[in-house]
Amino acid sequence: MGIIFSFFAVIALIVIVFIGVQGANLHYLFGVVIPYAAFFIFLLGVIYRVLQWGRIPVPFRIPTTAGQQKSHPWIKTNPIDNPFTATGVFIRMAFEVLLFRSLFRNTKAELRDGPILSYGSTKWLWLGGLAFHYTFLIILTRHLRFFFEPIPGVIKIIESLDGFFQVGAPVLYLTDLIFIAAVTFLFLRRVVIPQVRYISLAQDYFPLFLIFSIGLTGVLMRYFLKTDVVGIKELTMGLVTFKPVVPKDINIIFYIHLFLVSTLFIYFPMSKLMHMAGVFLSPTRNLANNNRAEMHVNPWNYPVKVHTYEEYENDFRDKMKAAGLPVEKE
Amino acid sequence: MYNGGKIIIGLIIFVGLIALPFVFSGKGASAKPEPKLDTPEILKLPETERKCVESKEYMKREHMKLLNEWRDWVVRDGLTIYTSSSGKQYTMSLQNTCMKCHSNKTKFCDECHNYTAVKPYCWDCHIKPKEKEL
Ligand code: HEC
Ligand code: HEC
Ligand code: HEC
Ligand code: HEM
Repeated sequence: MGIIFSFFAVIALIVIVFIGVQGANLHYLFGVVIPYAAFFIFLLGVIYRVLQWGRIPVPFRIPTTAGQQKSHPWIKTNPIDNPFTATGVFIRMAFEVLLFRSLFRNTKAELRDGPILSYGSTKWLWLGGLAFHYTFLIILTRHLRFFFEPIPGVIKIIESLDGFFQVGAPVLYLTDLIFIAAVTFLFLRRVVIPQVRYISLAQDYFPLFLIFSIGLTGVLMRYFLKTDVVGIKELTMGLVTFKPVVPKDINIIFYIHLFLVSTLFIYFPMSKLMHMAGVFLSPTRNLANNNRAEMHVNPWNYPVKVHTYEEYENDFRDKMKAAGLPVEKE
Repeated sequence: MYNGGKIIIGLIIFVGLIALPFVFSGKGASAKPEPKLDTPEILKLPETERKCVESKEYMKREHMKLLNEWRDWVVRDGLTIYTSSSGKQYTMSLQNTCMKCHSNKTKFCDECHNYTAVKPYCWDCHIKPKEKEL
């Protein structure tokens, strides 16, 4: 169900652009108003979600990590998988954010004849995920050529490395190929593996379809349908300098690309895509395991009325003495 | 807020990155490329004949695909003559056709290409037209 719903949701988005741009000539709405709205919803939405998360206390360090905790000096500890210090945490976070370390530990379970339940490691999700995220990052960085003038040299270096094989004109970017392949893989994974299909919902399929269509419209625009790239840059530069202009004659494929991107940006703060910020706030990753060494006070504890031994003795000293019990203070 | 300091720093970095294009859009932010068409070869043509190989709109969008096709037709298929949609015939050559008319590479091709960070590698081998003003 989710898959069909998501598919038609994306188709509907594309139809909206056809009606709005081709039919009703709303170039300004689709070229300026919606992108601005999407940008600010994205910005404020992400900040709001992160602040909401920040208000939730995590009093106790969660030590379910794959390494030996720091304890006696003669037990070998694992300072990265089970860090005790801030430096250790930083290294663990860097591995997590940059290399998706916990995904690397992904396992699969199989029921074999016998019946025997066997577990094995699978690296495909890790590899696909890494390929997807890094090509996404490179593509996004390359897109910055539309938002700077003069264009920073790094972007040109990335472009020439990306087009290293100099196939065709315009030059084929390797990241485009890998990106489309990786999204396709991530989608097929959800459809082909029964256990994963069982837990997949519309909110899993929708971002995949959306991102796939963004990539597809981008690729179509660059290699096949062609559009006025100079005009597009005038539009984007107008957006970043807050003097919006809408050059005419920009092909509808650009408006589709832009509207799908806008949808992604609007959808972002209210979806699972927030893992972009969430990964930095994962309690199992970003807290040093020093439960035993340091006192962590639970902030929602109500004040407990305590009666110390000292007070007890003060109250009953005479009676204790009379009964012949030992007291600490005379 | 718990760990407020760290979270706020993270958010500031996020907002800073996102705001980069708005803050540093650059001094050429409102400049538009203006490819110049005043080469001797083009000026020699009668006013009504000042046209490119194909229509201006088509050239603007698809000249790289056209060049790619020309290259394949010449180098792989051994063809030499291109008949345009208006029926005119051109020798398919980057240096001898395109650059004969557009002999002002820096004021024409590069004008757009610098604006969109395109750097055709063609000139690693093909010879650029000589330009006097440089
Ligand atoms: C109207 C502006 C404009 C003019 C004038 C122009 N180009 Fe381009 N050219 C572009 C744009 C924009 C691209 C990139 C297209 C894209 O990214 O889809 C491009 C791409 C190319 C490419 C493919 C480069 C690559 O590595 O992907 C070649 C080759 C090329 N142009 C050759 C020329 C030549 C030769 C001339 C001069 C005779 C010329 N162009 C004039 C705008 C222009
Ligand atoms: C007969 C001379 C001639 C030849 C040959 C020629 N051009 Fe042109 N080109 C022109 C003229 C004239 C224009 C302006 C057309 C107009 O304004 O309608 C033009 C326009 C263009 C434009 C659009 C510029 C803009 O401002 O949008 C591009 C890109 C271009 N030419 C590239 C090429 C390429 C690539 C080739 C080789 C395949 C080529 N031209 C061959 C004369 C020529
Ligand atoms: C590795 C060197 C090299 C590079 C890079 C290169 N070419 Fe060529 N090109 C050649 C050679 C060699 C020929 C064949 C010349 C001949 O047979 O007369 C040729 C022929 C051509 C021809 C047909 C003949 C002619 O006189 O122009 C076209 C068109 C052409 N190239 C376009 C391009 C374009 C566009 C690019 C950039 C995207 C490019 N070439 C990059 C080496 C190169
Ligand atoms: C989530 C963000 C985005 C993704 C994943 C994405 C993806 C892509 C891809 C894969 C391409 C193919 C060519 C290439 O890799 O350069 C492309 C091209 C393109 N994109 Fe995007 N895009 C995004 C955002 C945007 C935005 C915000 C704009 C402009 C406002 C834009 C405008 C374009 C244009 C004009 C092209 C054609 C470039 C050319 O012809 O050379 N994209 N996009």
